[in-house]
Amino acid sequence: MEQNRLLDSGKYMTELAQRINYLADIKGGLEWGSLRELSERVQNLRSKLFDLKEDELFVELDQIERRLDYLEDRVAQDLSSIEIVNIVRSPQRFTLQDILENCYDSYTELGGEGECNIDPAVVVARATITRRVKNRLYYHQVMVIGHEKGYGEEFRNGGCAKPWGNEKALRYMKVAEIEGIPIHSYIFTPGAYPIEDYPGAAQQIARNLFRMSRLKVPIVAFISEGGSGGAEAIGLADIRLMASRGYYSVISPEGAAAIEGRIKEGGKVPKELVEHCAAQLKMTAEDNLKLKTIDRIIEEPPLGARRGDYQFFRRLRYEMVRATDEVVLQTKSFRTFRSYALKRQSQEKTEGFSDEFDIHIKWSLTDSEKKRLLELRSKKYRSMGKGYKELRQSLGSRLSEAVETVKQNYYDIRYGLLRQRSRQVQKLIEEVSSEGSVFLKTVTEPVRVAYDFVFPKPKSENGLSQQDILRRSIFMQDWEQYISPLANEDKTVSCPNAEKYGCKDLWVPDLYGEFCGVCPTCGHHFPLEYQWYLQNLFDPGSVREFNKHIVSANPLKFQGFDEKLKKAIERTGRRSGIITFDASVFDIKIVVAMLYSDFRSGTVGSAEGEKFIRACDRARATRRPFLAYIHTTGGIRIHEGTLGVIQMPRCTLVVREYIDSGGLYIVVYDNNSYAGPVASFLGCSPYQVGIRSSRIGFAGPRVIRETTGADVPPDYHSAKNALKRGHIQGIWDRREFRKNLFEALMTMGGPHLYYK
Amino acid sequence: MEINLKDLLKKYKSHPYEDHEIRTPHTGVVHINVEDGQEVSGPTGRWKHRPGTLLYVLEREGNPKRITSRYTGFVAKLRKDLDGSFVQAGEPVMLIRHRLNKEEIIDRILREVLYIFPAPQRARYFFTPEVSAAMEKDKKKALNLKEGDEILIMSLMKRDTLLSYEGPAGVLYKVYFNHGDLKEQGAPLLGICSPERLPFVEKMIQRIRTEWDD
Repeated sequence: MEQNRLLDSGKYMTELAQRINYLADIKGGLEWGSLRELSERVQNLRSKLFDLKEDELFVELDQIERRLDYLEDRVAQDLSSIEIVNIVRSPQRFTLQDILENCYDSYTELGGEGECNIDPAVVVARATITRRVKNRLYYHQVMVIGHEKGYGEEFRNGGCAKPWGNEKALRYMKVAEIEGIPIHSYIFTPGAYPIEDYPGAAQQIARNLFRMSRLKVPIVAFISEGGSGGAEAIGLADIRLMASRGYYSVISPEGAAAIEGRIKEGGKVPKELVEHCAAQLKMTAEDNLKLKTIDRIIEEPPLGARRGDYQFFRRLRYEMVRATDEVVLQTKSFRTFRSYALKRQSQEKTEGFSDEFDIHIKWSLTDSEKKRLLELRSKKYRSMGKGYKELRQSLGSRLSEAVETVKQNYYDIRYGLLRQRSRQVQKLIEEVSSEGSVFLKTVTEPVRVAYDFVFPKPKSENGLSQQDILRRSIFMQDWEQYISPLANEDKTVSCPNAEKYGCKDLWVPDLYGEFCGVCPTCGHHFPLEYQWYLQNLFDPGSVREFNKHIVSANPLKFQGFDEKLKKAIERTGRRSGIITFDASVFDIKIVVAMLYSDFRSGTVGSAEGEKFIRACDRARATRRPFLAYIHTTGGIRIHEGTLGVIQMPRCTLVVREYIDSGGLYIVVYDNNSYAGPVASFLGCSPYQVGIRSSRIGFAGPRVIRETTGADVPPDYHSAKNALKRGHIQGIWDRREFRKNLFEALMTMGGPHLYYK
Repeated sequence: MEINLKDLLKKYKSHPYEDHEIRTPHTGVVHINVEDGQEVSGPTGRWKHRPGTLLYVLEREGNPKRITSRYTGFVAKLRKDLDGSFVQAGEPVMLIRHRLNKEEIIDRILREVLYIFPAPQRARYFFTPEVSAAMEKDKKKALNLKEGDEILIMSLMKRDTLLSYEGPAGVLYKVYFNHGDLKEQGAPLLGICSPERLPFVEKMIQRIRTEWDD
């Protein structure tokens, strides 16, 4: 009996010590409040365990507990953003393993186990989750995919998925689709592991997003630690739940502070700046709910859930089942049942939760329900992340918009209604002609003549057919029409490869004039301004910009960003980091989205995302090829927080819809293209090309060094290496960009430049 | 050609340095950035991607070119008089003097006195089992080679090719690769010494190892 009491006191002390450590984790050390004193008191009691009388021991322990209760209440009352980040990073926080153990009845890990794994940071499991309806149990099969941070297991990499980990996730998403079971994804990652080895961090995330956007099974995501692109790799879901003490952010507060404070590599980032950035990034669950980047918050205990919080796991299981039900019910065509069931569920929500459900809902979907699921997913993401501003348009702009609407209707009829019929008639004629003989030709010929009369073959504006254009020389290029202002300086510059290839110094007017910024000896491309491409890449006078009225804003009221935005507007005369326009290349009409460096380094925020989406939709409506020319992109704009991050799934989904409808999507990278955009709507393109001397990747060398601890060679992100790794399909010379683009459009675009 | 080993040793003793003359690559105005006797370093980093110490800036047509050191050593014979003046291409500006250490001197002497058998192509190299066994059996015993002896196996992509020794007959004195190493084409594989010169070479190496101060 005595021994039991002692054992209890041992447990009691361990528990108290854990609670003290947890508070220290949250507050960033033992210096806060009286934590150090309490910690020392517990240590002291431990060392004197056998010297103290039992009653004295328990009185002392009770006192410590009361003090701790008080301190915990104080911390919970006013949790700052950085404290929430600390909760998420605490080693005592629950992980995916705990969820699998406590929320699911049984599970089998797929694609590896523990350390014997292609990537231990990503766990995939086929699991069973139960639903209790009037004391009867129903079993649902689901595919659980998530990040596993582990408890001090170094091989887990803290939940940072390597490219092959994300590939594993994708592989099992496809399995779930084949089997028709929902996917529950659990996001516990500070970010993806930034390496370029095949399949490549950015490219694989892009592939995941591309696939998830049309995955024909319900997907429910739960976010505890949502670190930017790494989170999105498995986060494109129909319902996104978030833990009340989790964070979902575009960048870690330390990373944001290093950028904002312009801290040199290896330099110490001031604690206050990190705290300031954490608050500015709006990364908490409440913030994200307000920004509508998540759908619901799952309540945790005030200081966050830990491994032993079984009540929380019960709640989580209930919420996951409920969310999956909701996704399934929304696809049902039987509206009365759907509204009844959803109503019942919302009542359950308001009246608190229990393990009991009123009804059993099967999670399998029919073909029509799958179609509706995808429609709803598309609608959902299209309506998210709208943190941009729309300026009042001038009368002229509104008029041209009205013209555009009329045009769009025309295209809808031409390519929607008539095209379908035209295809059917054409197919019928072909079938009859191929099977018939000369005898039949006499019958089909008059029909064909009539058909050609109703649906004449497309001719270009100047009356030339595509064959004529093909025959026409594509070397007739007038590079002299626009000369870069960089050429106006009377000096010479050295090529960076001079030592290696013995390149001679270049006279600037020659370099930026006749040589188009290319070293004649080694072919190194010096950066050129985006205007050069606008003038030299497309047919003269063909560039017609649209959606100029959508402009960048400061939706998070990020301190100091308004001034930065103002400066960028003054410097560039533009109001967003993207230019979208109609243009033509050797008379082929295309729609172009161009991210350029001058405006906030071509970072993507809400305005850029929205303009990209509208351009993509325009290309779809007009049945034109869509070119994304990336002069430079520095990634997602951190000042827009998750409103920026959400552009990744949003834009990818729209690109997927465009490609599915038969569109030809070509991406050309120039200068520097990094991070979020490459890991989503750019990296998902089947045709990606780099301009010589460009750099393409996920994270820059500094971030790689800081996160992985490994140095990378200076040419790690070069286009040549990207080509070797299979991330891009070719490297183009700037001087032949126009010619290559034309050839690409003709060869990849097929006879109609639009497949369906 | 007979090499006088004593003279060779004397040469290195009297001037244990490797001098690199730094000349201007083209015309321009020189702005010197170092002092005579100053220690300078060559490129650093795993990929030698961090440039060495800035030696001088050569400015021509508004293009200031930073000339950095490719060698580690110290500056000597600095032409301070050129600082700020216009120079022609090929003008010597300074010397970078690299002090050779014991191993570097031994390596240089050996390359002068030994016959080097180079790698015919980029591949992995092994000794033939017979040679390997002979070397294992008596490590001290010198291995005599004559033209036509099958001595190495060149292995690449599961293709093993026997290599016969080609060169003057002699004693295998130095092996420049580890068993199974991947060697680039032209990299030294074996160093062969003529038997009559061998005692001299061994003695000299011994002397360098014991007497030379690094």
